[in-house]
Amino acid sequence: MKARGLVPLVVFVVMAGFLWVGLKLDPREVPSPLIDKPAPDFSLPLLDAPDAKLSPADLRGQVWLFNVWASWCVACRQEHPLLVQLARSGEVPVYGLNYKDTIPAATDWLDRFGNPYAATVVDADGRVGIDYGVYGVPETYLIDKEGTIRFKQIGPLTPVVIEKTILPLVRELNA
Amino acid sequence: MIPEIGHLALIIALCLALVQATVPMIGAARGNAVWCAAARPLALGQLTFVLLAFSCLTHAFVTNDFSVLYVADHSNSRLPLQYRIAGVWGGHEGSLLLWVTMLGGWTAAVALFSRHLPEDMSARVISVMGLVSVGFLSFMLFTSNPFDRLIPGAVEGQDLNPLLQDPGLVIHPPMLYMGYVGFSVAFAFAIAALISGRLDATWARWSRPWTVAAWSVLTIGIALGSWWSYYELGWGGWWFWDPVENASFMPWLVGTALIHSLAVTEKRGGFKTWTVLLAICAFSLSLLGTFLVRSGVLTSVHAFATDPERGVFILAFLFVVIGASLTLYAWRAPKVGLGGRFALLSRESLLLTNNVLLVAAAGSVLLGTLYPLVLDALGLGKISVGPPYFNAVFLPLMVPAIFLMGVGPYARWKKAELPELAKRLKWALASGVVAALVLPFFMGSWRPLVALGVLLAVWVIAAGGMGLVARIRATPGGFFGLPRSYLGMQIAHAGVAVVIVGITMVTAYQEERDVRMDVGDTAVVGGHTFRFDGVRGMPGPNYQSSMGTITVLDDGVATRVLHPEKRVYTVQTNPMTEAAIQSNPVRDLYVSLGEPLGGGAWSVRIYFKPFVSWIWGGAVIMALGGFTALSDSRYRLVLGRRFRPRALRRKGTEAPAR
Repeated sequence: MKARGLVPLVVFVVMAGFLWVGLKLDPREVPSPLIDKPAPDFSLPLLDAPDAKLSPADLRGQVWLFNVWASWCVACRQEHPLLVQLARSGEVPVYGLNYKDTIPAATDWLDRFGNPYAATVVDADGRVGIDYGVYGVPETYLIDKEGTIRFKQIGPLTPVVIEKTILPLVRELNA
Repeated sequence: MIPEIGHLALIIALCLALVQATVPMIGAARGNAVWCAAARPLALGQLTFVLLAFSCLTHAFVTNDFSVLYVADHSNSRLPLQYRIAGVWGGHEGSLLLWVTMLGGWTAAVALFSRHLPEDMSARVISVMGLVSVGFLSFMLFTSNPFDRLIPGAVEGQDLNPLLQDPGLVIHPPMLYMGYVGFSVAFAFAIAALISGRLDATWARWSRPWTVAAWSVLTIGIALGSWWSYYELGWGGWWFWDPVENASFMPWLVGTALIHSLAVTEKRGGFKTWTVLLAICAFSLSLLGTFLVRSGVLTSVHAFATDPERGVFILAFLFVVIGASLTLYAWRAPKVGLGGRFALLSRESLLLTNNVLLVAAAGSVLLGTLYPLVLDALGLGKISVGPPYFNAVFLPLMVPAIFLMGVGPYARWKKAELPELAKRLKWALASGVVAALVLPFFMGSWRPLVALGVLLAVWVIAAGGMGLVARIRATPGGFFGLPRSYLGMQIAHAGVAVVIVGITMVTAYQEERDVRMDVGDTAVVGGHTFRFDGVRGMPGPNYQSSMGTITVLDDGVATRVLHPEKRVYTVQTNPMTEAAIQSNPVRDLYVSLGEPLGGGAWSVRIYFKPFVSWIWGGAVIMALGGFTALSDSRYRLVLGRRFRPRALRRKGTEAPAR
């Protein structure tokens, strides 16, 4: 085996090394400008009681998850069992933002798949979604006692994110 | 039920691929003819089952079976039928199924048309392709099964990404994948030659038609992709140096080098190890492209759903296939003797220079594509590399390569004489220089880059044309007596010249205006007057359209009416721009709607794009050249009749210049 013949192999191995490291990085993980900023304010009607309104100020003093969902979103259905499980564990309350949806469809959806939300607010025209910089549904925000966004998940939650990132952070913020 | 049949068919195809990857290979090593003979039926059987799976998925799309997760994610009952069929490859899982189907097709084609090859050679080739297939089938079955069920089934599907609801998308991915995957044939031949230790001219001759076929299809696939982004993205660009575009362009560059290198190996027995390395690289880059697109390591406008777990799988597969091939290369290649000697100036040396330039170009594209990833991996921050880098490194490499394209066909093998070359080429060069000095003035203004583009294009055409005429005179039977492979080369080179004209002209002389238009307003772009006649609502099958009317006036007379649209798709709710394009051979008029500004006024983008269609036209000419070369009588003999290998090794019977 002569050294010259090995050159392509060496070049490839180095490149594969970088690709390996690159896999663990997320190019889309653009640090959200909202992290460590106060959660944008809103006052929206509740899904099950359109006359009542909820705003982030009402939730001061507790750590909560804010999950953006819609009945038309297939990926939401994928993450839904995780949310139900999380809500049942009682570790952190989950509030929902029903995004660009209709009330009957959303209510139906929750009846069918279970309702993990302490409350869901209705953002029919997606205006609050814009304030929160929603790229696509689902997205989830972790908001602390002072109403500051501490973490943002773009796309469906996974068991790994919940166990490794969200729950430790919740415990830390509650401590 | 039918999706389960599809799933089962994939499992059976994987089992067949496993046998195909091992039994014929062992048979070839042990000289067991029965084991070798298993290769063909296995290849055909695998294709049958992959096609069955493909039909099952198509069936699920056509019948709107939203209990299949992939269908629910990528289709909708109101999606028109042709897009429901194209939806099969509109996402990750289906793209993989398309990949595997193409691979099965190429393998079956090799199995059918390789009866003239020694039994152990064809067994090894088919076996190597089986190994690749094992990787992709298990990738699909273990991480991305297109037949996964959604329980309970969705009532309605998520709809296909509106960007992909377009006639261009119906044919672009199949062509692109057919080309990508086609390089697996040259790869398999190279690996088979390395394993058998017979790295002579014969493997080059066998793999040449396959490589040319794959290259031609890939050329069309890339051109279609460029054309699609031109009219669908609504801002008139035709190439973005996007990672996904680069992923298809790198194998093309290396494949181009491979075609030329194969010619030297076949004719002169030279460049043996280099050609093998190129064959490995071309396919490795196809695999790398698949990895880049499917793993999500890079962001891109094409970003489909991505998943790091899948990335790990492809990377491991990539590592096994490319790592093993290059190890085999490192082990075998140094034992191969050098080919015939050649002088510093000879057709060999010119082709070698061209090869090096093409590979350097591919390397610089690779560098630019992976650079953001490398920086990120080293923790040096997030950047993106854009067109300025690519244009700056790509142009200086292509200019000498294209210049040599004119000289190469004139140079003699082994040793060429400079005075003779100069004598034969001086008129071609002179006509190029004259055209470069004069032509740009007719377009309005003389600019150095335009002059360079014109010089290169005219040089290539003139040198090629003069060579062609001289060759016709010297050939008994005239034009029709020319070998098709020579004719194919000239056609493909002319195609390159046409592409150069298109790129040069549109880059230098395009005009664009972004204007606010009230009903009745006019704007003048590229010497044409555009009058905005308002926008009205139009319902579509699965979208709501706002259709604009823009009348083009020349000298105050209405000559044509354009209807650009802004569509909002009902399910995914994102707005899509449908540009209206009026095309003729020397210019495109391109109009797209921006945003409504209230009171019936809209922002409107108007482009004047001279010669832009030459870019795609040139690519089609290149591919035609490839197909012409494929129809050469030598290959027809090889493909059609049973041909004895001994006759293939006969040398010196063809005309020298090819």
